[in-house]
Order: sequence, then structure tokens, then C-alpha cells
Amino acid sequence: MFSDYSMTELGAIFAMQGFAGLILFSVFVLMALGLAIIFGQMGVINMAHGEFMILGAYVTYLTSTAFAVYVPGLFGIYFFVAMILAFIASGLLGLFVEWAMIRHLYKRPLDTLLATWGLSLILQQVYRSVFGAREVGVSIPDWMMGSLPLTDLIEIPINGIFVMVLATGIALGVYYLMFRSAWGLQVRAISQNRVMADAVGINTAWTDRLTFAIGCGVAGVAGSAFTMIGSTGPTAGQLYIVDTFLVVVFGGTGSLLGTIASAFSISQAQSIMEFFLSGSMAKVLTLLVVVGILMIRPQGLFSLKLRK
Amino acid sequence: MSASSHRLFSRQDIIGFAILAAVIFIVLPLALDSFRLNLFGKYLTYAFVAVGLVLCWGAGGILSLGQGVFFGLGGYCMAMFLKLEASTPENTAIQSTPGIPDFMDWNQITALPWWWEPFNSLLFSLIAVVMVPVMFAFIIGVAMFRRRVGGVYFAIITQAFAAILTILIIGQQGYTGGVNGITDLRTLQGWDIRTDAAKETLYYVNGVLLFACLLIAQFVRKSKLGRLLIAMRDQEDRVRFSGYDVASFKIFIFCLGAGFAGIGGAMFTLQVGFMSPTLVGIVPSIEMVIFCAVGGRLSIIGAVYGALLVNWAKTSLSESFPELWLLGLGGLFIAVVMAFPNGLAGIYAEHIAPRLAALFAKRQTPAAVPKPKPAE
Repeated sequence: MFSDYSMTELGAIFAMQGFAGLILFSVFVLMALGLAIIFGQMGVINMAHGEFMILGAYVTYLTSTAFAVYVPGLFGIYFFVAMILAFIASGLLGLFVEWAMIRHLYKRPLDTLLATWGLSLILQQVYRSVFGAREVGVSIPDWMMGSLPLTDLIEIPINGIFVMVLATGIALGVYYLMFRSAWGLQVRAISQNRVMADAVGINTAWTDRLTFAIGCGVAGVAGSAFTMIGSTGPTAGQLYIVDTFLVVVFGGTGSLLGTIASAFSISQAQSIMEFFLSGSMAKVLTLLVVVGILMIRPQGLFSLKLRK
Repeated sequence: MSASSHRLFSRQDIIGFAILAAVIFIVLPLALDSFRLNLFGKYLTYAFVAVGLVLCWGAGGILSLGQGVFFGLGGYCMAMFLKLEASTPENTAIQSTPGIPDFMDWNQITALPWWWEPFNSLLFSLIAVVMVPVMFAFIIGVAMFRRRVGGVYFAIITQAFAAILTILIIGQQGYTGGVNGITDLRTLQGWDIRTDAAKETLYYVNGVLLFACLLIAQFVRKSKLGRLLIAMRDQEDRVRFSGYDVASFKIFIFCLGAGFAGIGGAMFTLQVGFMSPTLVGIVPSIEMVIFCAVGGRLSIIGAVYGALLVNWAKTSLSESFPELWLLGLGGLFIAVVMAFPNGLAGIYAEHIAPRLAALFAKRQTPAAVPKPKPAE
């Protein structure tokens, strides 16, 4: 299969394919970070995670429309405003959901799974009623259009770079929050030993609520970033949910580094295989390998030693 | 534990089974025209899955979000047989390769793949309907339970399997019929399954098979295995330390549930006349869990009513208010988890059974039934 291409062409194909893999990697990282906080630290299965992302995407869509109508001069920077709004919207919804639903179900993880699935169905229908069943796309500011020619054959789209930078930035932000802030310390203490954390005076109920809200907020930002590379529909969130959970489980729950490593390996494997096989077979093989490895090593790539 | 709970059927169980039998075999056929009866037959095929889930999830604490996989495998095995029977060289004479299923011909496949060949035999297909899902469940079960993977991890991984199988079926459309599935099924051993009379017969066959599965489930629940399952669900380590091989019990019950689902899938194919990946994926698999949850995750009879009710609601709501259905289903998921964790069976046990008991207690010896406290 290689004989049809010259060496330089092959190099270019691998570079482009590798870059496509990097964009997929950024997408996975963005999706998985919020889940790594909620599932990894709190052990809560949030099947509505995708819908929180989509909320962020719709907020971005609304913001871009509002900027285009009211302040067209500032259209170039609307995205940064949208990201903050997306974080706030998804975070607030997360806060409410935790208060109304999740906190009653901490002892029953499987039931949380079903209840949040119900929530995801409701949110999907709400999106469909409000924004219509068709996918919406945002208009990208001019400076994000086009691509950067590296050589004659290799071109890199600027919005791809932007999403990668964003993913890196958010990953660093989450890392800082988890490992350098007081909140992160409390979250980690609770995930290691809830009773002791309670005993030393951490307000566990409030920390849980905040953690869930921040996880949802990060999902909203991820959804916001998604609008830069694709359009948004009411059911788009559901497409990603299994991939995202596999990324987090494969990386080892509770390990931020593991999540990033697994997002990297899964995305690279998938995009490289996509070149040789059809897209669906690449996906099937990737998922099978991940599930296979999880069967051999259920704790994932990186795991924290915890006393349960 | 009283002595009566060790018997295969308590008096209440007998009444429950009898009422269900009356509903399925007498009330529904009398009350519904043949189109609606066929619809209810379709709903009842989901009841197979729900009963399997009662054993796995309600009793055993193993939540599988991949039951659609087994339902689909059973259904596809049946559909492959029926499709081959429908694709005789005479029927498919206009194709460039007569004698192979039409979707293969559309995808430029010129010979029947080797793994389709055995499905020319009805006996093989019927065995495959049960055995393919069971073997698949066995492989998953051994790999997962031997390594003590359980709870939410098991749920996520079974869900991944549902995703994998759906993508595989849709992607390999030359071999599987792709997203349309296997359609245009006509006859079973020369017997036209599309007529009203055939559909009615299949409805009864379906009912009898469902009762066979219910009896097996009842037997399992009342046996020592059933009590061990509940013990495992509540205190897995204690059961393990008592010397029981926890993984084997879990594998067995998971395989049993898969076998039930496979039979349900095959009956679905026969009654509805097609099989497609829309019944395999993540969404249908998780909906099957809600049938079980609505009926009551601990009650096998409740599961049948749950499957009937939810599907009936789905059909009637999506006929008249399509946008309400998703809201209703979502609300149902939340309500059943937050407010009625034991579903219909729980509501019956809490609110209706005591009243009935009070009603009967007036006529019978007062000692036989515990009297409800006077409301004061």
C-alpha cells in the first residue's frame, strides 16, 4: 500500500495524520478533564456529561450571534467571552443538578448512572425544542480561519492549533486547581478518605457540590472549544460519552496524568489506524484494544494506591 | 426467613404468575386487534431482557448496559436464517449473484461468507440464538469477573461493547446489512411469518417461551444460587471468604441473562420481521434497564409489566406527542431511581398488598396474614 506514494508524500501523510491525531487528542483531553474530576475524584458516573458540553457549545453559539448583532467590532474576541459564559452556565447547571439529584445518590453509583442518563435525555429534548433539531455552527472569527503552511505538502489548520493550545491551557488550569489550590487539596483528601476528611473539618458536602460544578464547567468550556472545529446538535454529546468514559477508565481513575496519557494513546492509535483501515474498523479495533487492556489491567494505566 | 420462602412458589407467586398468564394469554388477545397484539408481542420480547436483568442486576448487583448486544446477537442469528431462506436463487434472480442476500449483492459481494453458511440450518440457527449470546457473555464474564471488575466499571465496559458491536454492524454492511439491518424476511421453513394468523401464533409461542424463562428465573431465585446472589450483591467479600467462588456465580447469572436476551431477540425478529443495529446500541441497551427498573428490579413478574408499560407508553406518546416522549422517558429514569427504587413491584408491595391482605384477612383466619396496623 505504500508503493503508490513517494517518500516525501508518505512523510507528509504521516505528519498530517499525526496532526489530525493531535486534534483528536485535544478533543479527548477536553472532554475527559471534566469527567476525570467528577468520575475520577468523586466516583460519580455522569452520563449527562456530554449534554453539559453541548450546553457550553450552545452558549458559545448564542454569544457569537449576540456579538455579531450588537458589537460586530469586537467579534474577533467573542470566543473568550463565550468560554467564560459557557463555564458559568454549565457550572451553575451542575451546581443545581448536584443539589437536586446527585447528592441523594452518592451511595448508589449504578443508580446515579441511570438518573443522569435520564437527565441527559431531558436536556437533549430541551436543546431540540429551543435550538431546533438541526445542527448549528458558529461563525469563526477571521483570525482563526485558514491554515499555516509548514512545507509544500503539510498544512496545519489554525483552528486546530487553537483547540490544542486551549486543551493545554485547560489541562494546566485543572492541574493547578487539583494540586495547588485549597479546593484541590480538599477534593483529594475526600477521595482518599471521606470520613477522615470530614473529621478534620472539611465541608465535604459543599466540596462535593463545588467539585461537580467545576467538572461540569470544564465540560462546558470543552463544548465551547468544540464549536471551533465542528457544528453542534442536540444529540452530539451522546456520541462522545462512551469514548470519554473509556479514556478516563483506561487512564486510571483519579490520575490526571493517566487521563492525558490515555487520551493521547487512544487518539493516536485511532487516527493512525484510520489511514490504513476504514474509519469504523479503526474505531472498533481501538475500542477492542482498550477494552482488552482493561480486562487485563482493570485499574487502568496509572492508578493511585488507595485504601478502600 | 420463613419456611415458605424456600418453596418454589409461595401462594403469592402462584397468584402473580396466574394473573400474568391470564393477561398475556387471555386478556390481551381478546382486547386487541391483530396489529396491536403484534405490537404487544414485540414489547414482550423486551420482557425477556428485563427478566434477565432482574437476575443480573436486581439479585446479583451486576448492572449490564450491554443487554442490547445479546438481544441483537440472538435476533441477528434468527434473521440470518430467515434471510437465507428468503434469498433463494429464484427469489433473487435479478441480482448479479443470485442466491445470496440482497444487501450482499448491493455491496459487490459475490459469495456467501463462510460464517453465514451454517445458518442455512434451522437447528443450528436455533441453537445459535441462545448459544452465541451465551458464549459472548461467557467470554466477557470470565474476563471481567475473574479479575473482580464489577459495579460501574462493568457497566461502562459492557456499554463499550454495545458501541463496538453497533459500529461493527454498521461498518461492515456487506456482511450485516449495515444500518438498515436485515430486512425483508418472509418465511420460516416455508411458513409465511407475515400473515396475521402467523403473527398471532408467534405471539403465543413468544408467551410460552417467556413463561419458560420466568419459571427458570423463579427456580434460580428460590434456589440456593438465588440466595447466594443476593448475599453477593450485599456483601461480596463475606461470600468470598465463606469459600464460595463468587466469579463463577456471576458468570453463570450473566450468561443466563444473555441467553434470555438472545431468545427475546430471536422472537423480536420473527414477530417484527427485521433486525437492525438500532436495537443493539447504547441507547436501546440502557432503555432495557429502565424496563426492568420500572417493573421493580427485584421482581421478575414486575419486569414483564415494566416492559409492557414503558413500551406501550412509548408507542402511544410518540404517536401523539413525539417531543414529550424523551422528556417523559428522562423523567421516568430519574423518578424511578429517586422516588421508587423498587418500581411497580415496590409500589404494589408497599401500598396494594397490605390492603389486599387486609381485605382477605377479614374472611380468612386472622393468624394466616399479618394484620396491618389500624390507622389512627
